[in-house]
Amino acid sequence: MRDEKPPSNFRPTASWENLALRAELLRKVRAFFDGRGFLEVETPILSADTVVDRHLDPFVLSPLPANLRSVPGEGPGVRAEQGSCTPQPLTASPHPNPLPKGEGTLFLQTSPEFAMKRLLAAGGSAIYQVAKVFRQGEFGPLHNPEFTMVEWYRVGDSMAEGIQLTSDLCEALLSRGPADRVSYRQVFERHVGVDPLTAEAAELQAAAARWNLEVPEGLGDDRDGWLDLLLVERVQPRLGLGRPTIVYDYPASQAALSRVRPENPPVAERFELYVDGIELANGYHELVDAAELRRRNREVNARRRADGKIALPEHSRLLAAMDFGLPPCTGVALGFDRVVMVAAGAKSLAEVIAFPFDRA
Amino acid sequence: MASYNTSEFKKGLKVQLDGDPYIMIECNFVKPGKGQALYKCKLRNLLRGTVLDRTYKSGDSIEAAEIEEIQAQFLYRQADHFVFMDNESYEQYELTAEQVDDAWKYLKESMLCSIILHNGQPISMTPPNHVVLKVEYCEPGAKGNTATNVTKPCKVDTGAEFPCPAFINMGDLIKIDTRTGAYIERVKE
Repeated sequence: MRDEKPPSNFRPTASWENLALRAELLRKVRAFFDGRGFLEVETPILSADTVVDRHLDPFVLSPLPANLRSVPGEGPGVRAEQGSCTPQPLTASPHPNPLPKGEGTLFLQTSPEFAMKRLLAAGGSAIYQVAKVFRQGEFGPLHNPEFTMVEWYRVGDSMAEGIQLTSDLCEALLSRGPADRVSYRQVFERHVGVDPLTAEAAELQAAAARWNLEVPEGLGDDRDGWLDLLLVERVQPRLGLGRPTIVYDYPASQAALSRVRPENPPVAERFELYVDGIELANGYHELVDAAELRRRNREVNARRRADGKIALPEHSRLLAAMDFGLPPCTGVALGFDRVVMVAAGAKSLAEVIAFPFDRA
Repeated sequence: MASYNTSEFKKGLKVQLDGDPYIMIECNFVKPGKGQALYKCKLRNLLRGTVLDRTYKSGDSIEAAEIEEIQAQFLYRQADHFVFMDNESYEQYELTAEQVDDAWKYLKESMLCSIILHNGQPISMTPPNHVVLKVEYCEPGAKGNTATNVTKPCKVDTGAEFPCPAFINMGDLIKIDTRTGAYIERVKE
């Protein structure tokens, strides 16, 4: 999706006014957390571990082949082309590419989640980070493959406390009042007219037809695929139009790294913040059970393989930290660029990022 | 058969759906943070001009259209058909008045145009951006009036009429922008 024109335009796509707003909001983020006793931390962006998620594709970096490390007489240009800085394409194929073999395969982080949880297991209590993160293949008005994430964790927080802190931060940054709270089930009943926790795939498909949605082929009996389609088309555009909205209690099948509350039906203690129909943040009452994470990693990789994607490493230092003991906590990731966009009244991230991906 | 994966989707992509060629005129990437990525596309049928909405999941692909662009010179018009000749292969192509559309206004013998072929069949043509046409009839030129904001209709040698400045006379050569139909300037040759 990159622009094919010669790279002649060096100028930023964002105005100086928006870049100044960006800097101001970043100061406010730090003041908010510093004032509440959070410690700002930095963790690796480049790591041997990566979040194992069905729909997140990291940029994969493989080690420089030994025979390319020191070729006499070859300029750096040659090595840059063949060397380790070229992300491996994650292509869909019937036989997914295995990850590059051997020591040294690294991932640009899709969020600093794993390393920050390791800090919590090692004694951290309230920490935050402003990090550059990377997600392959995500590029559009609301996506840039490289973006800025504000992520924070506080030990002892329940989901409700995590939601309150998120609402407070949103108010401090955007001044749109405290967030309305509404469950995933309620927003689907209101805007789609189905129960997202119990409906079969066929019912969700019928709902999509009732709302005349243009449907991709091959969703089949993938309940979460149908829910995502209905969410994007019917629900998200109607969230956070007046006051910010925080949606909580997600389907257990979309728990990701959150804890599942064993009700009937069970729900994931996961929440998301919306303003002007745009998703700004995603939070979890964190899963602390290492055995459960191992099970989810296996399940996610099975789905990734079925989707034609490469499997991601199931073993990580996060699991070692969870085996040691991750204290109960709530953590949230906020897409900082989108916050700036909403604050500026902009329609696209390019208006608030100096050099977006097609001009990077 | 070549195809395009969603990661290659962009405006201007030429694809094939149910045997017809389409051009992607919009491609909107949407994705819930932790969910399925979707590409919401608008596709215009290159034969009919109709527009379709289609949504694709990340990883889906569409067949590429067998589209080729050639340079061909305009030979002559025969009733409802316009005949062109490929400058390299000397092969002749006939386009209907419908396919040529408004471009007939600019077509003069031996003019080099670009023709889009789908599976080897012509589906549309584009004249050069600028053409020089000869004024065959207009009201007499107003001497000394060099204003370009006052226009009058001028009939040219292709049979079409263009609004031109008042100082233009019969027999003048004028340069027209074929993308807008606007008069650019009077030329000597």
